[in-house]
Amino acid sequence: MFNASLKQFSLQLAEKKISSTELTTEFLKRIKALNPEYNAFITVNEELSLAQARAADQMIAAGQAGPLTGIPIAQKDIFCTKGWLTTCGSKMLSNFVSPYDAGVIERFNQAGAVNIGKTNMDEFAMGSSNETSFYGPVKNPWDHAAVPGGSSGGAACAVAARLSPAATGTDTGGSIRQPAALCGISGIKPTYGLVSRYGMIAFASSLDQGGPMAKSAEDLALLLNIMTGFDPRDSTSLQRNAEDYARDLQKPLAGLRIGLPKEYFAEGMSKDVENAIEKALDEYRKLGAQTIEVSLPNAPLAIPVYYVLAPAEASSNLSRFDGVRYGHRAKSYGDLADMYRKSRAEGFGAEVKRRILIGTYVLSHGYYDAYYIKAQKLRRLIAQDFTEAYKQCDIIMGPTTPTVAFNLGEKSGDPIQMYLSDIYTSAANLTGMPAMSIPVGFGDKNRPVGLHIIGNYFSEAQMLNVAHQYQLATGWHLQSPV
Amino acid sequence: MTLSVSDVKRIADLAYIEIDEDEAKETLIQLSGIFNLIETMQAVDTSAVEPMSHAQSVTQRLREDAVTETDQRELYQSIAPQVEAGLYLVPQVIE
Amino acid sequence: MQWEIVIGLEVHAQLSTQSKIFSGSSTAYGAAPNTQASVIDLALPGVLPVLNKGAVERAIKLGLSVGAKINSPSIFARKNYFYPDLPKGYQISQYELPVVQGGNIHIQVDGTEKNIRLTRAHLEEDAGKSLHEDFHGMSGIDLNRAGTPLLEIVSEPDMRSSAEAVAYAKILHALVRWIGICDGNMQEGSFRCDANVSVRPHGTEKLGTRCEIKNLNSFRFLEKAIDYEARRQIEILEDGGAIRQETRLYDANKDETRTMRTKEDANDYRYFPDPDLLPLEIPQSWIDQIKQTLPELPQARRDRYVSAFALSAYDASVLTSSREMADYFDATLKQLPAQAKLCANWIMGEISGQLNKEGIEMTACPITPAQLAALLARINDGTISGKAAKTVFESMWNGELGKNVDAIIEAKGLKQISDDSAIEKLVDQVLAANAQQVADYRNGKEKAFNSLIGQIMKATQGKANPAQVNAMLKKKLDG
Repeated sequence: MFNASLKQFSLQLAEKKISSTELTTEFLKRIKALNPEYNAFITVNEELSLAQARAADQMIAAGQAGPLTGIPIAQKDIFCTKGWLTTCGSKMLSNFVSPYDAGVIERFNQAGAVNIGKTNMDEFAMGSSNETSFYGPVKNPWDHAAVPGGSSGGAACAVAARLSPAATGTDTGGSIRQPAALCGISGIKPTYGLVSRYGMIAFASSLDQGGPMAKSAEDLALLLNIMTGFDPRDSTSLQRNAEDYARDLQKPLAGLRIGLPKEYFAEGMSKDVENAIEKALDEYRKLGAQTIEVSLPNAPLAIPVYYVLAPAEASSNLSRFDGVRYGHRAKSYGDLADMYRKSRAEGFGAEVKRRILIGTYVLSHGYYDAYYIKAQKLRRLIAQDFTEAYKQCDIIMGPTTPTVAFNLGEKSGDPIQMYLSDIYTSAANLTGMPAMSIPVGFGDKNRPVGLHIIGNYFSEAQMLNVAHQYQLATGWHLQSPV
Repeated sequence: MTLSVSDVKRIADLAYIEIDEDEAKETLIQLSGIFNLIETMQAVDTSAVEPMSHAQSVTQRLREDAVTETDQRELYQSIAPQVEAGLYLVPQVIE
Repeated sequence: MQWEIVIGLEVHAQLSTQSKIFSGSSTAYGAAPNTQASVIDLALPGVLPVLNKGAVERAIKLGLSVGAKINSPSIFARKNYFYPDLPKGYQISQYELPVVQGGNIHIQVDGTEKNIRLTRAHLEEDAGKSLHEDFHGMSGIDLNRAGTPLLEIVSEPDMRSSAEAVAYAKILHALVRWIGICDGNMQEGSFRCDANVSVRPHGTEKLGTRCEIKNLNSFRFLEKAIDYEARRQIEILEDGGAIRQETRLYDANKDETRTMRTKEDANDYRYFPDPDLLPLEIPQSWIDQIKQTLPELPQARRDRYVSAFALSAYDASVLTSSREMADYFDATLKQLPAQAKLCANWIMGEISGQLNKEGIEMTACPITPAQLAALLARINDGTISGKAAKTVFESMWNGELGKNVDAIIEAKGLKQISDDSAIEKLVDQVLAANAQQVADYRNGKEKAFNSLIGQIMKATQGKANPAQVNAMLKKKLDG
C-alpha cells in the first residue's frame, strides 16, 4: 500500500476502502519503525496528525473532499506550522513552537491534507548532504552509507523510503532537485513567485522557492495545484490565474525540442551519471523529441555568483536570530553584545556561520561593488543565456548532479566540494526559472541518477508533461529501495 | 584578494558571532578557498550590465492602510526567552 | 576669528497611518507594551513585509508640497545593525533611490526670507523602545512602535544659525501637519530632529568636520543643542584642536551635548536592496490624483494674504503657522470681508493668547469664526469700542448669554455713545467746567487737550466714541 500514487490513495479514501485515520496511522507506524534508522523526521506528532486525519474523514464523509484530502504529507521543517516545533534544522530554533502557519501549510490544511511530520533538513537549508542539521544526518534509503542530498534530505528520504506519500521541500540552489536526484524521486522547483514564501523560513529571499517532492510527475502536478497561488502577504508572490498543472500530462512529445547545454555535458560529470542521462535522452528521442546542442556560456559562473548572493541575503535574513524574542539564548553571558554573540555562536552550526561570514563580508564597506553588484550583473547574464537558449529549444535537460550520492562524511570537511554538488542546479534559482529532477536509472554502487529538466518561466505544466511521458514509458520512478 | 585572521574577526564582530582564535584561523582557510572560487567572477566584463535583484521584473504591490492584527501578546511571548510585564528582557541597554 | 555655523537637519516624521508600514498592526500611541506587535513586527522566522499604500501616499504629499521630484521607481534597502529594539537585525529604509528627491523650504528669520534646499525624503520603519527602568539589571523591550512608518526628511547644510534651524524645523513641522501626513506631536516622538552641526572660518567654502546630535524632541532643545555644540566646536578649534566626527546626544538637564559614538565605532550598515520588496513604482496618474487632494499650501496662502489683503509678511506667516489658524482666519474674514487686518489682529492677539493660556487647540476654540466676526462687526460699525470688545470677548469665551454679541453688549451696557448731539452736549459741559484747561490749550499747552479728552471719557464711563469725541473737541477748541 505504501507505494500507491496520490491518485490511488485518493481513490481508496473516496471509495471508503480506507479512512484517513487508518492511512495516517499506518504511515505513523512505519515512521515509528523506520525513522530511528533514517532520521528523516525531526518531529512527529501523532496527536496533531490524527486530529487532522479525523477532520479529513469528516470532509470525505460530507462529500467535500479534494484531491489531497486525507492524504499524509511530510512538511519540511522550514515551514512554520502553528503548534508544531519548527526548527529549520537548527539548535537556534530547537525550542521554537510556531505561533502561526506558513502560506503553504495553510493551503495544505485547507485542502484537508494531513501533516504527517516535519522533515529533517540541512540547518537553515544550507547544505547539500543533510549533514549540517542540528538533528543529525539523514540516511539515503538506497544505501545507508550515502547521503540523501540536501537541504531537503529528510523529505527526499521520507518519500523514497515510503514514510510519506509525498513531501514539501524548498530550493534555494538545488535543495529540492539534488536530494530528489540522490534519492531517486521526483521533485520540482516552480517559477520564483508561484509558491508563497510567507512562513517559509528565509535563507536567500530572492532565490528561495518551495515545491513538492513525490514519487512521480503526476503526483507533483497534484501537489503543485495545491501549493501554488497568490499570497498577498508575500510581496514577491505573483498574481496569476490559477492553472491545472496536470492538464498537459498526456500530451505526446513528438516535435519537442530538448536543448542540451554543452557546458553541462563537459568535464565534471561522472561517467556513470553520463551513461544514465544518455539513456534517458535516447528514450526521449524514441518518444519523438529531438535534441539540440545549446550553449549557456555563463553557466559555469552560477556557483560563484550563487555563493555571493545567497550568503549575502542569508547574513541579513539570519540577523533576527538574536535570542531576544524567541529561539536559543546563551545560558551565561555578560553584557548585551555578549548575549548576542554567544547566543548566535551557540545557536548556529559551522556551515551557517561560515555563510553568514561570507555574506557579511561581501556586503561590507568597500567590497559591495566588487562582489555583490558584480554577482548581480552576472546573474543577469546567466538569465539572458537561458532566454537565448529558449529561442532554440522548448526545454533544457542535463544531469541534476555531477555524481551519484556521495558517502556520509565524504565531503563534510570540504565546503567547496560540497558547494560544487549544486553546479547544475543553482542557475535556475538565479534566473527564477522552474526546474525539476526525475529518476532515470542508477550509477555507481547502484545509487540513483536524476535527470534535470529546466523550463522557461511558467512552463511547469509542460515540464510535468515531459516528465510524465518518460515515466509512462519507463519504470525508474516506480523502483523503491524498501 | 587575501583575507587575514583579523578580517575574519572583524566580520564575525559585525555579524555578532563570537569566534575564538582557533576558529578564526580555521575559518580563514575555508573562506580563502571559497573566495578563490568567487574570484572567478572577475574574469567577465560586466561594465555594460544592469544588476539583477529579482527574478521577475514586477513592481511592489501596496497594501491598503487598515489595521488587521489583534493583540496576541500572550501567545507570542509564550516562546520568548525572558519576559516581564509584557516586555522582552535583555541585558541592560546603555545609550 | 569669525566663525560660521553650518547646520543640516534630518527630521523623522511619523506618518499618520492607521497601520504600520509593513504590517497590519495598529500605530496608535500609548498601548500596553507589545500588544501592537504582530508576527511581522516581532520578526518571527518566515514573515515578510508588504508596503502600506497610505505611507507612500503621505510621502508623495510631502514631495509635492516642497516641489520635489517623486522617484519612480524607488528602492527599499536593508540597513543592517544589531539592537534589541530592531527585531529583524536590519531596518528597512531607502538608500540609493529614495521616494522623494530634492525640494525647497522657505524660511523667514528677522524679516529676511531664505531658501533651504532639501536633499531627499525617504520612507523607513521606526524601531521599538528600550525601557530603562530596572528589571533586575535588565532592560525591557516594547515593540509597539517597531514598524511605524517614518518619513526621514533630510536638508542640505543650508542653515547658518540655530534660529534658522528652528525656523526651518517649525515650517516643516507646520507643513507636515498642514498636509495631514503627521500629527506633529513632539512629546510622543512623532516629529524628531537630528542636527548636523559644523563650523568653519567665515568666508571659507570647505565644510568643517560635523557632529550629529540625535533625537532633539523640542524646538527649544534644538536651538540650545546647536548653540552649545557650535560653541564647543569653536572652542576646540580656537584652542588648536580638531573636531572628531561623531554622534552626540543632547542632555537637556545639563544643557550640553556628549559623545554617543565616534565614527571609528560607527556601524558598517551593509546596505543592500531588500529582496523581500520589489521596486516601488508610482504612476504619474497617482501623483496627479494626490495633487488634487492637497490643500492650498502655507507658502501659497502666505503670499495670498500679503497680496490680496495687504497683510504684513509677519502677520501672514503667523496666521499660516498652522492650517487650523489659517482656516479660522479665512472663515472669519468670509463673514467680515475687507477687514483683514482687524481679523488678523484679533486672531493673533486675543484668540491665540487665550488658547495658549488655556492650553487648548484651535480646533477646540470656544468662539467660532462666525461669533468672532459678529464681535468685530460691532467694533467696525462703531457700536462698541475696541476696549469694550475685549470685555465682550471675555464673556463670549466664558459662554455667557449664548455667546450672543448684541445681548452681551446690551446686558453690560457697553454700547458706545456715537450720537453727535449727545457728544456735543458732553463736550460743552466739560469745556464749561474746565475753563483753565481750555485757556492752557489755547496758549499752546497741547497736553491740556488729552486731559480734556480724559475728562469726557470719564464722564461717559468710556462709552463715548473716542474718534468722535476727538473730532468734536478739536472743532470746539480750534473752530
